[in-house]
Amino acid sequence: MINTLDQIFVLLKHWIVGLLPGSLGAFVGILLSVAAIVAVFPGLFALTTVLERKGLGRMQNRIGPNRTGPYGILQPVADGIKSLTKEDIVPVSADAAVHFLAPLVLVVVVFMGFSVLPMGRNMQLVDMDAGLLFFFAIGASTELSIFMAGWSSRNKYSLLGAMRAVAQMISYEVPLLMSSVAVVMITGSLSLVKIVEAQNQYTWGLPHWYIFTPWGCAAFVMFAIAATAETNRSPFDLPEGESELVAGYFTEYSGFKFALFFLGEYLGMFSMSGLGTTLFLGGWSAPLAVLNSVPSWIWFFSKVMLSICVLIWLRGTLPRLRQDQLMNFAWKFVLPMTLLNLFVAALWRFMGDGLLRWIVCSAILLGAYVVVGRTEMRRKQYGPRSYRYAE
Amino acid sequence: MLGEGILKGLAETAKNFAGSFVDKERLTTVEYPEQKLELPEASRNFPFLVYDGPEWQAGLRCVACQICEKECPPKCIYIEKSKDKKPDFVGKLQIYPAKFDIDISVCMSCQICVEVCPFDAIKMDKEYELSTDDRFGGLLLDRQQLAKSNEYYHKIHPTEASEVDGRLAEEKAKAEAKAKAAAAAPPKPAAPAPAAAATPASAAPKAAPAAGSTKTEVPPPAPPKEGEAR
Amino acid sequence: MTIVFWILAALTVAGGLAAVTLRNTVHCALAVTAAFAGLALLFLQLDAQFAGFAQILVYIGAVAILVVFAILLTRGSETAEHGVFSRTWLAGLVIAAAVFAVLGWAVLRSADTLSPEAAAPAVAVKDIGNALVTRYVLPLEIVALLLTAAMVGAVIVAMHEKGDTK
Repeated sequence: MINTLDQIFVLLKHWIVGLLPGSLGAFVGILLSVAAIVAVFPGLFALTTVLERKGLGRMQNRIGPNRTGPYGILQPVADGIKSLTKEDIVPVSADAAVHFLAPLVLVVVVFMGFSVLPMGRNMQLVDMDAGLLFFFAIGASTELSIFMAGWSSRNKYSLLGAMRAVAQMISYEVPLLMSSVAVVMITGSLSLVKIVEAQNQYTWGLPHWYIFTPWGCAAFVMFAIAATAETNRSPFDLPEGESELVAGYFTEYSGFKFALFFLGEYLGMFSMSGLGTTLFLGGWSAPLAVLNSVPSWIWFFSKVMLSICVLIWLRGTLPRLRQDQLMNFAWKFVLPMTLLNLFVAALWRFMGDGLLRWIVCSAILLGAYVVVGRTEMRRKQYGPRSYRYAE
Repeated sequence: MLGEGILKGLAETAKNFAGSFVDKERLTTVEYPEQKLELPEASRNFPFLVYDGPEWQAGLRCVACQICEKECPPKCIYIEKSKDKKPDFVGKLQIYPAKFDIDISVCMSCQICVEVCPFDAIKMDKEYELSTDDRFGGLLLDRQQLAKSNEYYHKIHPTEASEVDGRLAEEKAKAEAKAKAAAAAPPKPAAPAPAAAATPASAAPKAAPAAGSTKTEVPPPAPPKEGEAR
Repeated sequence: MTIVFWILAALTVAGGLAAVTLRNTVHCALAVTAAFAGLALLFLQLDAQFAGFAQILVYIGAVAILVVFAILLTRGSETAEHGVFSRTWLAGLVIAAAVFAVLGWAVLRSADTLSPEAAAPAVAVKDIGNALVTRYVLPLEIVALLLTAAMVGAVIVAMHEKGDTK
């Protein structure tokens, strides 16, 4: 019974495929999985927008949307109708073809990232040998669509936003990859399915998630920072900084194309959270051995939603960075720390079991953090801001 | 320590988040259509015309003197005088506005019309739910829409309204006393009966402008003082 | 399978052709990207996962962005007023034909030596990794050193000299 519930979607798919003859069945099977992804994540997106607006409101001692439906739950429906019925404006001097293609490319590419994420036991679209590599390859192509959007609009704000976005995404892709490589080093596989399976073990009822190791914890923090920057979320939302760039690269988009950009951004958040969950939080595995009877997909989605909530929390807390702070942070702090973390992960791998490796690895990471933190705090870019004229 | 500030900030927002569910004091939002804030007494936006008694057409204090129309800086008031006369609150025959329009899309809420009005006939309203789907006709208020009772005036600006009422009562009393004096005076200079019958009738219109002129001289300095005091 | 191949081949060739014939330089860059994508998909179709993903990651994720940045930061983003063909197109055509002939010749010759029924070797990413850090470790390190040197050089070129007013 428990097993059936855990595998319910897989069994359902197999049952439908079984009804159809050979080659058609295989085709329908793929189509079903794709349809599930395409249906579930935009649904989550709708849920997240209302969650975010309510949550941010509460953080700022406001109520948030509460007019559409009970407690404002139908707000995404209203937003959807609005964006569908709005006039689709393409600026006269815009490059119409590229302007049209940009949001499509973004959404398609972001959707592709979901295909390798294991969302439950046996629940992944493709189990690729190089799943992680695929994910990052796909992630790298979103930059191009953002550039297309910014450039084709023929608007200085759009172009500035696009340039910022591309510069930021390239910079943070490096620490993102580097922090994930630590996981690959320990697991010995690029397959996300294998990475989850490696974490799905328990000692004394506690899981072997990578976040519970010194290197994993450090890598997770770096990954979270880089992923936030990669998805252009606050405090790294310079590409769409409302106060200076109107809306950044999608300034000149309206109606459904704007909604597509919005969707792309949130889907990017979901896929990044999903990847972070898979790499460090044990994917679909239960947080305690006794909770194993709960279906695996519930664990995956609750972990993803939890990370989304943390992202919303961060957005409600932190002010936007300045461009130079952003770059300094990426290249002078996050990247060196991830490189050090790679070294620590290698140490962990070859020091064998025992308490010693815990002590050594934690000491190296903490020491580096304290030293780097102290020196950086003393420097102008990070320390308390000083004003020349205000005092 | 690097990152300490972020943790502090996160704690602060978490406190706000949780607190907003527990502590009603934190949520200062007033949910407008259902809840409304009590406006301060001195608040104002657009002018309205005061009338006494139950009947708005009979009770309008306005005598169509057109001072407000001339003083209005954005020229949003349009008045047409009536051809006939009817008695005002004192009981004297007065011209009344056959047409009194205010375009509140032009009005800038300066209150100058109120300050120049010698008859306390125009006052500032507090009504702010004025949205309409017709931006030309809907925002051009005619005299029926502008006419509001003295009770309403008492409700929105109680102190000011009672002051005005006191002043008007005083004036009315004065006018009545004068009329009485005028009525008592004619018998003394002995005159033929037809002439005596004619004088009160001719004296009354004469007395009315006199009362009006004294009023125009006296009240204008008074309202600004009231305004300062308030 | 062949249908997929033809679609991908058409996409790649169309991208490449568009890249050399379009007037707007940014359009050319985007067309090149489409060609890169087609190439990557061709690799994937041949089951060469690592090559395919590396193609996407490096060419679409980095090279295309670099090209686009270079176009925008220089003054090349303006549309060419005259034709896009240079005057020496004949020489270019001859050289391209020659290169194509050499490549074709090499491909045809290697096809002779391979028996057609030999199964394609299943190469996992892990095998490539193993090969890179065991048998080919020296070339890998040399390439890494070269790239690091190039990067240091680029940083030095880009740096402001001391005393140089900004």
